[in-house]
Amino acid sequence: MGAQIRVYRQRIRSVSATKKITRAMELMAASRVVKARAAVMESAPYTHALTKALSALATYSNHPHPMTTEVENPQRAGVLILTSDRGLAGAYASGAIKESERLIGELRAEGKEVAAYLVGRKAVSYYKFRGREYAAEWTGNTEKPQVERAREISERIVEDFLKPTAEGGLDEIHIVYTRFNSMVNQEPRVLRLLPIEVVDAPKDAPASNDILPLYEFEPSAEEVLKAMLPRYVTARIWTCMLGAAASELAARQRAMKSATDNAENLINTYTRLANQARQAEITQEISEIVGGASALAESK
Amino acid sequence: MAALQVDLVAADRQVWSGEASMVSARSIDGDMGILPGHTPTLVVLAEGDVRIHSGEGVRTAKIDGGFLSVDHDKVTIVSESVEGDGFSA
Repeated sequence: MGAQIRVYRQRIRSVSATKKITRAMELMAASRVVKARAAVMESAPYTHALTKALSALATYSNHPHPMTTEVENPQRAGVLILTSDRGLAGAYASGAIKESERLIGELRAEGKEVAAYLVGRKAVSYYKFRGREYAAEWTGNTEKPQVERAREISERIVEDFLKPTAEGGLDEIHIVYTRFNSMVNQEPRVLRLLPIEVVDAPKDAPASNDILPLYEFEPSAEEVLKAMLPRYVTARIWTCMLGAAASELAARQRAMKSATDNAENLINTYTRLANQARQAEITQEISEIVGGASALAESK
Repeated sequence: MAALQVDLVAADRQVWSGEASMVSARSIDGDMGILPGHTPTLVVLAEGDVRIHSGEGVRTAKIDGGFLSVDHDKVTIVSESVEGDGFSA
């Protein structure tokens, strides 16, 4: 066998091995994305119940709370960036990081100091590689977020938010995540987490048969608000994490699909080249034989 | 005023939903029971058990704190994590 064919065959084998891997990853991402989307759906009742209770609270009581009041002259802002642990998901992680860079640039232009809170190894390595400082990091399990993680993040962020500004407290907190629009469309988004923007109070004027009840609060409206706001923050973070996980998996599925398609194209091309090389070899052999035979015939 | 419509909701799923005759839970001020016709209330719950008395008996779930809201005989119990026997996930 000619050297050329051997090289082509080798390439074909190596590309087929890669194709098997990318195909497996595509299928895995495809099955996980279904679960991730189901998790998004399942978390909806919780968020809905909290939002409803909070809007009832906002409608019937007027207690100011540091988590809902805007600071007049914000000086420090926190940015929570949700990325993935692994690559191989197309532009997923870099999209979120790019969006966060844009936001941080904007905040800096407004004269605010920015503290970064990173989720996912991709964001952490981005910051480490550039030698930048960040306030906190959480890595692991970005594909399948756990409620405990959301609570950890929210506790840390709320704690930093409630510190006085002089001690490094934050005046506002933004979250950068990737919103899951559809299987083929995910976009990096920015959401202001704190101070909490007044929750959608009854949007349309309450219909006569649907008057919001006059609630009693136990132990008191203030206490309820104090207990509820951190949970609301957790729920917001949790929702974003779930959306980001679904986006990550969808992005990975798409990236792996195109990698598989590319591998197929390569295999096709190399197969053709190998066939051509084989044919050339045969043709050459035939002409050598014919040439040899006619040389023998002439010499007789 | 016959029955309470109860939703028990955890952060990652809806744990249980159905009708009940009474719900009792531990608020941060002490145990409280909800019967049909209760005035609209929003209560902070402490760590403890929530008991839902329905036609099929009493169901108990352990929650790590949360909220209970009552509104027109609709009871919503919200907690980040719910562990319970007799609740199918």
